Amino acid sequence: MSDKVLMKGNEAFAEAVIRGGVRFYFGYPITPQSEIPEFMSRELPKRGGKFLQAESELGAINMAYGCGAAGGNGFISSSSPGIALMQEGMSFLCGAEVPVTLLNVSRGGPGIGSIQPGQADYNQVTRGGGNGDYRIPVFAPASIQEAVDILYEAPSIADKYRNPVMVLADGLMGQMMEPVVLPEPKHAYTSEEIPTAKPWAISGSEKGERSVVKSLRLQPEVLEAHVEHLYEKYAEMEKELERVECVDLEDAEVVFVAFGTMARLAREAMELLAAQGIKAGMIRPISLWPYPYKAFDRISDKTKVVISVELSMGQMLQDINLGVKGRVPVKLIHRVGGMLPTSLEVVEKTKKILEEVR
Amino acid sequence: MKPVFTVTKGMLPVSTSYCPGCTHGVAHRIIMETLDEMGLLGKTLGVAPIGCSVVAHQFMNVDMCEAAHGRAPAVASGIRRVHPEKVVFTYQGDGDLASIGMGEIVHAAARGEKFSTFFINNGIYGMTGGQMAPTTLIGQRSTTSVDGRTREQAGMPLRICELLATLDGPAYIERVSLDSPAHIRAAKKAVRKAFEYQLAGKGFTFVELLSTCPTNWGLTPYEAMKRMGSEVAAYYPLGVYKDTGKEDK
Amino acid sequence: MAKRFKVVFDRERCKGCELCKSFCPKQIIEMDTQVNAKGYCPAKITEQAQCIGCQSCATVCPDCAIEIYQLEEGEA
Repeated sequence: MSDKVLMKGNEAFAEAVIRGGVRFYFGYPITPQSEIPEFMSRELPKRGGKFLQAESELGAINMAYGCGAAGGNGFISSSSPGIALMQEGMSFLCGAEVPVTLLNVSRGGPGIGSIQPGQADYNQVTRGGGNGDYRIPVFAPASIQEAVDILYEAPSIADKYRNPVMVLADGLMGQMMEPVVLPEPKHAYTSEEIPTAKPWAISGSEKGERSVVKSLRLQPEVLEAHVEHLYEKYAEMEKELERVECVDLEDAEVVFVAFGTMARLAREAMELLAAQGIKAGMIRPISLWPYPYKAFDRISDKTKVVISVELSMGQMLQDINLGVKGRVPVKLIHRVGGMLPTSLEVVEKTKKILEEVR
Repeated sequence: MKPVFTVTKGMLPVSTSYCPGCTHGVAHRIIMETLDEMGLLGKTLGVAPIGCSVVAHQFMNVDMCEAAHGRAPAVASGIRRVHPEKVVFTYQGDGDLASIGMGEIVHAAARGEKFSTFFINNGIYGMTGGQMAPTTLIGQRSTTSVDGRTREQAGMPLRICELLATLDGPAYIERVSLDSPAHIRAAKKAVRKAFEYQLAGKGFTFVELLSTCPTNWGLTPYEAMKRMGSEVAAYYPLGVYKDTGKEDK
Repeated sequence: MAKRFKVVFDRERCKGCELCKSFCPKQIIEMDTQVNAKGYCPAKITEQAQCIGCQSCATVCPDCAIEIYQLEEGEA
């Protein structure tokens, strides 16, 4: 068992994916995640890996595509506008079934927005901005330890499904420091092991059958069959990758729904509300896709309102409403632009909402 | 009977999707013949572009992947990190490389990436039906320059070899033409040199192959060859633009 | 005795572009009047004995449709 160490979020994320088997990093500097390429440029060469600073996010995602197509475990980190530039590549990665691990340390938008924390990438990462029918699993950890555990596992999930996997952490998570336990390093495939471990990958290895990695399927019936195949995989992912934490739902009068750092804030608000005699619970989606709709079935008859606490104008409300199915009102407490609500602010707004719905 | 010229096993035994007389087939063949002759077919990873040759992997008998439009040099850079001992090449047209993919090719060249790029310059967007390319000559008609390209409206065609030769990263840059049997043989020598330099770890190698698009030029395949050898080669002079091997000597 | 060659055309791979015909220095390649399965008139050689084995036809062929063999003594 490893010791507990105090680490800054971004550096812990980078260390976690290396321990998870990643040996190739491609990235382009962007705030608030630039510590990650800096860390990778120092660490990867020491650990038998390679670091490459791309000319752009377009370059980075396509380098990762080449790396993944060739059987390597690649990793990309960026922040919201950079992730926007990578959307074309994500569609290609899914279409060609190429695994890669992605980390979005998100910030405010739209456009260049701000460099402060934000959660307004919700639609971008769960719905995707690339063309075609595709899905990417997205995990939104609420602590550095949880992020480390998910990033450690992400390369294996990507390999298992031959699909990109994304971790969404807001700028707060990237910049804060917390004690973490780092997992034991996993084996990373060498170039010699790739032809056997990943026979579908292009490796120039004379392994018998030639490999071709592609997303082009010009015949309609062939493309249709391929997309159906992708959706069979996505159905498996929906079964296996859904993750959620439910807190005190049993007799909660109000249920918060929050992910990432907003879940920590909602947790504080729950305690403050309890001190005032208001029972609050929380549904914390850890996987944003697949979204834990079924968790909302556990909301009790005592619940009068469900409140989304978000750093966006309510991008998660659509999914919450799909989970709540109209049984109770769904409300929103939000700040945007890099502004963060305080737990007291959440408490006051919650009490106001409760007055409206009681 | 002694074989004098036989079809390389580097080309799969299928009919290509290219129009009659299109020199993509010649470019494919000389690259695959070279890999075959060098014993590299099983050790090579190729990257196909977007354009007519998006399906190059259906004809070239090596491990291949597709790249998004213009991104082949980035994809090849990723592949190269995973397989440092193998042979890697990109095959890209002029829309792919000289327009949408200009950023990727310039940076890959500047980094001295150890792969080879074969740049098929036919001065037109073939697959989408004959639109003006960044390499379309002044006066040349296309479906987006029906009275001929003008400098005022579209600026001047790009000379990629000359541009990349200003960089310190590339080891070898040559422009060849596929307009005659003699020039095709010379082109094949350039292809071989590119792979030899790559194997020797010298750095980025780049061969521009002037090519025809009889369909969208509105010429017969032979007329297209003649135009390429005269009008096209006059704007895009053949020759070696960079050769660090020579500088070494 | 002069070297003799046999030029073999793959009728089905040929797209009838006529580049081989245009570049043949002996002008001994013609297009067939019978179309192939793809609907092209494929190239064929008219006077095999005239072939000098220069390989121009196979070199310019974009479709890998031409192979050339040198005949041994006594072979037809």
